[in-house]
Amino acid sequence: MYEQFKMRAEGVSAEVHRFVNRASALEFLIRFLKEEGVADAPGLYALWAECPFLEDVDKRSLEEIAGLKFQATRELAAVSRFGISQVGWALADTGTLAQDASAVEQRLVSTLTDIHIALVPSSNILPDMPTLLTLLRPEQSNYIAMITGPSRTADIERVLTIGVHGPERLVIVFVDELGGAG
Amino acid sequence: MGTEFKASITRAVNNANLTGALGKFSEAYKVNRAKAYEGIDFEELRGRIADLKAHAAADLERVAEEFARNARARGTKVFRSSSPAEVREYILKVAQDNSVTSVVKSKSMATEEIHLNPFLEQAGIAVGETDLGEWIIQLAGQTPSHMVMPAIHMTKEEVSDLFSTEINERLSSDIPRLVKVARNELRPKFLAAEMGISGGNIAVAETGSIVLMTNEGNARLVTTLPKIHIALVGIEKLIEQYQDIAPILKALPRSATAQLLTSYVSIISGPTPNTDGSMKELHVILMDNRRSEMAADPLFKQALQCIRCASCLNVCPIFRLVGGHVFGKVYTGGIGTILTAWFDELKKSEEIQGLCIQCGACKDVCPGKIDIPGLIMEIRRRLVQEQGLPLIQQAIYSVVNNRHLFHGMLRAASLAGKPFSSGKFVRHLPLFLADLTDGRSLPAIAEKPFRDRFKEIRQPKGTEKVAFYAGCLIDFAYPEMGEALVTILNKAGIEVIFPQGQTCCGAPARYNGAYETAAGNAVDNIKALLDEKVTHVVSACPTCTVALDHEFISTLESLGQTEWIPKARKLSAITVDLSTLVKLLVDQGRLTLKEGHELGTITYHDSCHLKRTLKVSAEPRELLGKAGYEVKEMFECDTCCGMGGSYSLKLPEISGPILQRKLKNISETGAPTVAMDCPGCVMQIRGGFDQSGGEVKVRHTVELLAERC
Repeated sequence: MYEQFKMRAEGVSAEVHRFVNRASALEFLIRFLKEEGVADAPGLYALWAECPFLEDVDKRSLEEIAGLKFQATRELAAVSRFGISQVGWALADTGTLAQDASAVEQRLVSTLTDIHIALVPSSNILPDMPTLLTLLRPEQSNYIAMITGPSRTADIERVLTIGVHGPERLVIVFVDELGGAG
Repeated sequence: MGTEFKASITRAVNNANLTGALGKFSEAYKVNRAKAYEGIDFEELRGRIADLKAHAAADLERVAEEFARNARARGTKVFRSSSPAEVREYILKVAQDNSVTSVVKSKSMATEEIHLNPFLEQAGIAVGETDLGEWIIQLAGQTPSHMVMPAIHMTKEEVSDLFSTEINERLSSDIPRLVKVARNELRPKFLAAEMGISGGNIAVAETGSIVLMTNEGNARLVTTLPKIHIALVGIEKLIEQYQDIAPILKALPRSATAQLLTSYVSIISGPTPNTDGSMKELHVILMDNRRSEMAADPLFKQALQCIRCASCLNVCPIFRLVGGHVFGKVYTGGIGTILTAWFDELKKSEEIQGLCIQCGACKDVCPGKIDIPGLIMEIRRRLVQEQGLPLIQQAIYSVVNNRHLFHGMLRAASLAGKPFSSGKFVRHLPLFLADLTDGRSLPAIAEKPFRDRFKEIRQPKGTEKVAFYAGCLIDFAYPEMGEALVTILNKAGIEVIFPQGQTCCGAPARYNGAYETAAGNAVDNIKALLDEKVTHVVSACPTCTVALDHEFISTLESLGQTEWIPKARKLSAITVDLSTLVKLLVDQGRLTLKEGHELGTITYHDSCHLKRTLKVSAEPRELLGKAGYEVKEMFECDTCCGMGGSYSLKLPEISGPILQRKLKNISETGAPTVAMDCPGCVMQIRGGFDQSGGEVKVRHTVELLAERC
């Protein structure tokens, strides 16, 4: 199902990576942020929303990255280039990410920033929407959010253009050892 | 049709930007839609959607109450109203109670329906549309021309002019740059707004949820940043079960924009914390505005199965020529005509309903399985019932309903037309058909109609008898097609009889809403055609075949004339179109087409009624192949030729360009001959080539097959 997901997600201009463990995922993430110019300046911050991935990470190892912040406020999100969050599920047949986004931080980092980096447990790839709807229901979440590729529009002359109101890049990072449900 | 309406059509068809953009889009849409639905059983999917939407629509009051109860239990404020004025007042009150000065909106047709923006603006509240297309038309002071792509009628140059004025900086027409400008301009508006207003693509009663789908991400911002969120939802968006959103999520993006899923889907089922830790004030307004009246109407209730994908606009050969603004200010296209008739008033649809050529393309793709052309016909019928027919049409139909007088006039026309005809075409028609030859020559009325020629045909006596229903065009304009049909059936050992009492099939009257006339025609024909013992009634005109097969019954039913319905059913059971019958005879080994000849390439035009109502498209191709032709498909082979009976007479400014497109597609195959099963299409396409000087031969399948028997 991973291969199908990757094909579908790349089909809508998302970038897809996969790592066996947290350490290698983190290594990729740090390299990516640096390469893309993360810095301790408005417009270049990276904002990481609270998530299970972070629970087992030694945050001190992240201190060296200037501009990486963990307080996902509205003000910071509005001036961050990168938003990092963990999502619960991935849908193979449409290349979609799905999460309980009741906590507003989850939406701020994935909507106001230019680049959204989504961490996903590899074991949580589901075949399709009907399967997801049996697992993620309104009883659990007042705001269920799904993301399929970066923000897009074709409102001017039907020309597909990426990045209108939401992120212009969506980087999906699967982590095999990241378990648990959403 | 009023002169103002006619003028708006003329303006639209002469707007090269509009027709260019829509034409290009409609061509790409067809291909992309098919790709998006690959591997999906569309009939099964739309069957499910139609069922679940119809189920909710059948019990709207209970389902709406269930939604309200469940949503309230989760902390949502629910307001139900049937009046647009009340809805506007409610929204204004929420805004004023919270000292709201600016609002951001994501796309909502329901707010367009109640003209919310000007109302709030008059009360001093700034309203910012955030969907890029909606923002563009807001800046331009226009209304949406398409439900999904509101600014499709505008060029990048026009957008660049608008944006340049807005930000006071000269911009180029580079699209990515323009999109960036929109992002930068709208971001502060999102951050400043105290209230967000959205629509709702689906409302789920079981969980009190609303589902929002966008590509740009604006609905996520509208529902996240301001502390108040109001969702305005028409009650036709209600479904019962949470699980049932899956089929709609599957069909809506595929049908709307040929995407597997929109970039963002939000399922909101109650208030969530704001960025400052307070709780969101969430309002859902369930608006009726005549929807429950619609639900109570035995025919129009199906219109509530609409999921607002606008695919009926995307495949409409008329829409792609005229665009949305001709249809009015809110809902456009096929479904828009129906919604306008209800949400506004029947009278408002009087002119726009006439735009429908009844080709059926929209019915084929509708994910809600709505018979859009059928409902537009019903609007036509009710308009005629309410207002009566225009005098000139009354005069025409009183003639059509009197066979002797009607046929007498056609005979007279054959003489009167003579001095004006050159070869086989009339350049200038006499009588009431005077100014109808724009871009197309019309056939001369035959000197001797088929009904007279038939008496001179010597047929071998057959054991099986089949009745031939000619229809007006074959009888009076193309009698040679009738003779070809007799030749073919005789070869199969069938004797053809021609009941002289047969008359017009009633389609012209019916398609103009004159059901009484159509019913009169139906009864006359039933009497004539069921008089003798025959195995089939065959017709070489798909429009007539549809009349005999389906419409006699539905016309009589809708008028409550039950007396003739059993006989109409009997006629329907034995009615068959030419290609289906000939294919049957070939399959049974009763008829053999001469083989061993290479007759070269031919292209085939699918007639609307044959392909989409009678579901016949493979049969004529197979027969032409057997007869020695190599069928080379044209682009858009099943797109209407623009004839549509009297449509081409009423709206030549639309019919003309549709015909020109068809001629171009035919010519581009390089085939020397184009075949079709409908004498109406022959008349339109042959006439088009005659005036444009094209070399392509236009033939009815019946003639081509008769040559190979």
